[in-house]
Order: sequence, then C-alpha cells, then structure tokens
Amino acid sequence: MATLTLENVKKSFGKTDVIHGVSVDVQDGEFIVIVGPSGCGKSTLLRMVAGLEAVSSGDIQIGGRRVNDVEPMDRDIAMVFQNYALYPHMSVFDNMAYGLKIAKVPKPEIEERVRQAAKLLQLEPYLTRKPRELSGGQRQRVAMGRAIVRKPAVFLFDEPLSNLDAKLRVQMRLEIKALQRALGVTALYVTHDQVEAMTMADRMIVMNGGVADQIGAPLDVYANPATEFVAGFIGSPPTNFIDGAAVGQSGGHRVGVRPEHMQLVGAGAGRLDGRAAYCEALGAETLVHVKSATGTQITVRQDAGHPIPEEGSEVGMDWDRENEMPFNAEGKRL
Amino acid sequence: MEKRVTFKGIWLPLLLVLPQILITAVFFFYPAGQAIWQSLFIPDPFGLSMQWVGLGNFEYLLSDRYYRASFVTTAIFSILVTLVSMGVALYLAVLADRLIKGSGAYRTLLIWPYAVAPAVAGVLWLFMFNTRVGVVSWYLGQLGYDWNHVLNEGEAMGLVVVASAWGRISYNFLFFLAGLQAIPRSVIEAAAIDGARFWTRFRTIVWPLLSPTTFFLLVVNIIYAFFETFGVIHTITSGGPQQATTILVYKVYSDGFVGQDLGSSAAQSVILLVVVSILTIIQFKYIERRVHY
Ligand SMILES: Nc1ncnc2c1ncn2[C@@H]1O[C@H](COP(=O)(O)OP(=O)(O)OP(=O)(O)O)[C@@H](O)[C@H]1O
Ligand SMILES: [Mg+2]
Repeated sequence: MATLTLENVKKSFGKTDVIHGVSVDVQDGEFIVIVGPSGCGKSTLLRMVAGLEAVSSGDIQIGGRRVNDVEPMDRDIAMVFQNYALYPHMSVFDNMAYGLKIAKVPKPEIEERVRQAAKLLQLEPYLTRKPRELSGGQRQRVAMGRAIVRKPAVFLFDEPLSNLDAKLRVQMRLEIKALQRALGVTALYVTHDQVEAMTMADRMIVMNGGVADQIGAPLDVYANPATEFVAGFIGSPPTNFIDGAAVGQSGGHRVGVRPEHMQLVGAGAGRLDGRAAYCEALGAETLVHVKSATGTQITVRQDAGHPIPEEGSEVGMDWDRENEMPFNAEGKRL
Repeated sequence: MEKRVTFKGIWLPLLLVLPQILITAVFFFYPAGQAIWQSLFIPDPFGLSMQWVGLGNFEYLLSDRYYRASFVTTAIFSILVTLVSMGVALYLAVLADRLIKGSGAYRTLLIWPYAVAPAVAGVLWLFMFNTRVGVVSWYLGQLGYDWNHVLNEGEAMGLVVVASAWGRISYNFLFFLAGLQAIPRSVIEAAAIDGARFWTRFRTIVWPLLSPTTFFLLVVNIIYAFFETFGVIHTITSGGPQQATTILVYKVYSDGFVGQDLGSSAAQSVILLVVVSILTIIQFKYIERRVHY
C-alpha cells in the first residue's frame, strides 16, 4: 500500500511525443481510472509506472521513492494485462505462485497465499488446469490472482475487461472494485469505456491526445467538464454542442448541454428549433435525435412519460441557462 | 476445423498427383528398390554376374569394425553439428529478438549462408583453413598453433562440423526467431514484473514455450547432418584422415564408387533408409500434435 506520484511525466518514441506532461498525486488506497479514446497514451502512461517503458522526462514516485530507474520487479507493483498474459505452460497454481517462487517465499507460505487468493476469486476447482482449459472470465481471475498473491503496493490494470462479454464485464467490474476495497491497495486502471470509469473510479484522469484534460471525481467531472473534449467523452449519450451565437451566448464560442438537461417544447417556443430525425424508446427513457435548423445533431433524453414526437415533425428545444456549459475557441471551459 | 476439398471422381485427383508420383517413383522408389535388391547380392569385380548372398552383406557389415566406427563417427558428427548450429542460431535469435528496429536486415543477412550449396561451403572453409594458403591457418600459425586438419583427426572433425553447421545456422535462426516472436511480449513482461530476471525468464518461460520449435529443429538438423553433409565432407576431408570423418553417407559412396564394393554399399544404403524412416516417423508423429504444453 502506497501513494503514487506522477510529476510532469512525458514520453516520446523517437521524435513523436506521446505523453505531454501528466501530473497527479494518488492517495494511498485510491482507485484511479485513466480513461480516454484509443491511442491517447493510456497504456503508455501505465507502462511507465510499471517500468516497462522508460520515462522521457519527469518523475514517478511510488511510496515516496523515485522509481524512474528502478526495474519493474523492484517497484512493488503488480499488473493485469489486457490479454491476461498468463504463462501458457503452467497450471493455474503455478501461474499464481511464479512470483512468490522467484522471491523464494517458503513453500508452505506460497501454498497458503495461493489457496487464499484462489478462494477469494473462486478459482479453487481450477488450480491444476492450464490456462487454455479456462474460460475468458476464469483466465481474467487467474490474472487477478497472480497480482494479489504478491501483495503489491500498487495494482496496475490495462483494460482487463475488454475481452469479456458485456454481462461478465459488469460483474467483474464490481468484483474488481470490491477486491480493491477489501485489500485497500492503490490502483491505477486503464480503460476506454467511460461507464467503467464512472462506476469504478474514486478519481479519474481523462486523457486526450497525451494530455490529462481533467482529473477529478467522476460526478465532478461529469457535472463540470473542464474541456469540450471531456464534456463530449464522459456521459452517454454525449453532450450536445451548439454554436454559441445561435443561442445568444455572449462569450461562449460553443455551448454544451447534456441530453438530460433538454426538454422538447412546441416549435418556436424553445431556444432552438429543429426536426425530429428519429426516436429511440428504451423503456424507462426515450432518446429523441433532432436535427437543428443549422444542421447540428442534438440528442434529447426524456422520461418515458413524455409524448414521443412524430419522426420528421418540427420541434423546439429548451434548457435552463444554469445547465449550459460554455467553451472558448480552444475548447476550454469558460 | 480442417477444411477438406472433396472430388467426385478418382481420375482428376490422380492426374493432379501424378507428376509427384512419377518423380518419387523415378528418383526414389526405383533406386531404393535397386538398393534393396543389390544389397542381397555380391557382384563380381567386372559387374558381369551377381551372386546371391541373402543377408550376408548385412552380417558382414555389422561385424565390420570400420562400419561400426563409422556409426560412432556419424553420431559424434551429427550431435556436434546439431548442437553448434542450433546453439549459435538460438543465441543470435535471442539477440535479434531483443532488437526492435533493424531485425529485418539481420534476418536477410543471416539467411545468406543457407543459399550456399554444401559443397561450395566446404570449399570456402577449406580455403580458409588450407594448411598452406589458408587465412585462418596462417593466423593460427602466427599465434603458434600448427593447424593441420589433413593429419589431425580432431581438427578434421572440427572443421567439417563447423563448415556443416555454418550453413544451417541461418535456417535454424529463422525458426528460432519466429518461435521467439510468437511468444507474446506481455507474457515476458508479466514475468519481469513477477521478479524474473533475464536468465530466469529464459529458463522458465522462453525455453519451455520454445520447445516445439526446438524439437522440430532437432530432428531436421539430425537428418541434415546424417544425409546432406556429403558435399562438405567430400570437399574438405574426403572422409579422412584415416576415416576420422567418414560418416555413414560418405561410406556408402566411398565403399561403392571408390571401393567398388556395390553389395556392401547397397546394404549400407538400406540401413540408412531405415534410419531416415525412423527419424521421419518421429518427426511426423510429433508435428501431428504440435502443441504439447
Ligand atoms: N513502442 C512504440 N513506438 C512508437 N509509438 C508508440 C509505441 N507505443 C505506443 N506508441 C504510440 O503512442 C500512442 C499512445 O499509445 P498507447 O498504447 O498508450 O494508447 P492507448 O491510449 O493505450 O490506446 P488503446 O486504447 O488503443 O490501447 C499511439 O499513438 C501509439 O501509436
Ligand atoms: Mg492501450
């Protein structure tokens, strides 16, 4: 268990800059999710913390110790890979025991710790199997088990759930979170799935093209996105962006309004007019996709009780001014 | 699932495999049959008549001190060629595998020796180690070492082993490199995080995962050393000195064509045929179940 500090960490591969300076202080036992679209540098950042990738500039500290030049094995971390990276020729037991054997932990203790982890992860019936004889979810658990038997100071996860089906993903998400809580280990978790980020994170780092656009608690980030990118990336369906001038926003270059903050009103009665393109009735709620007069796509989310407009009919859209999120020309929140 | 193509009649498939069957018949079944037939006779010195001796040729061979010595020579030679060519290839492959950039260039350079015919390779090495004009033997002379593989049995063996292994290194290298690159990088990284340093990783992860490749190469290289090194031996030592480098294949040639003992030579061919069949069966049995971890 330890704190983790990144200080203006940068990374370039040859001439290409991939990470442009990320700083964050992670508290002991905190669950941090790094979220962002594909190619924004999430894995690279995580791999630098793991020591699998050299840091180009800046400092990484684990438990107050600078680890830039420390080998992965001496950083007191454990990592769960996207493809699990299990040792294919070893049994589940040996996969989990591998690190302990190398650390020359006495045999009875290895046995004890592996059994304990297997029990926690419901892997007991599979200890003698090879990884190829397991389902995706079970392999995932073995990878988790391998991480927890070593009792590391920091857990690193690189999209550990992306190879699982949707249902299992939801279940494992809860399990991982519960496990981390129970063990109280600091965790750094990479995902491109904003729902995963919202549900698991104590705080999240929203990455955009090698820059940490915003770092904060999920609900804070949701309510107060610092950039246009964050507003668009976090939340589903995504935030609507409207030309500032079209809605009389003086300073705002563009204005973001979340779908749930919009209401449909009669044509001409709201702040913006458009034509209902199509409606998705999801049961509890309905998503109405509107094409505004200026050609912008807008999504309105309304409760099931509200009348659903005819497709192709003229509608108006209205929202409270306090729910408006104005952004300047550079995409920064005003 | 295997995808099977099925034909309606028998004639089209037969026609399609006919060329291969013809080639096999002319260049394999016919000579093999001849060898088996001839191994049962002793021809007279002028080749005018043949005398039936049954298994006499084989009995004679197996009690022949020189033939048994040739077996031992072949074993030593094959083991050395296999170890040297695979060892060096594995070493180079491990180095190239750690290289991210430029491994393509190394691969291309390292494949060249494979394109050199064994006899030519033999001549190249012979020139370098020629006792009078060879570059290497001259340098060895400067260092005070008197190189003479024409007289020294150990040196002769060493030279044919190196010359034979050299051409094989590139072939083995390609397979080892492919095998190494088939190991997911994340598995190696996971082991590194688990605390394994380079040698531990190699011993506990890389080597076991590479074992299918290693086994395949082992069989292929032994077959090579047994049968395809004739050119090297012929150009460098001609089996000498005192039969020190006369491996079984070479003995077939020297007894048959030089010594004109066709019956014995044919019997030796048959024995070799049996040996290569066994090796091939092992190889096929193995390749059938490729994954074994
Ligand atoms: N070894 C490398 N050499 C050169 N460029 C690299 C290397 N590794 C990653 N990159 C580049 O760095 C950028 C970030 O890569 P990274 O793998 O961190 O993205 P990511 O956010 O994890 O994406 P994904 O969600 O697809 O996994 C990408 O543009 C990628 O092309
Ligand atoms: Mg990634």
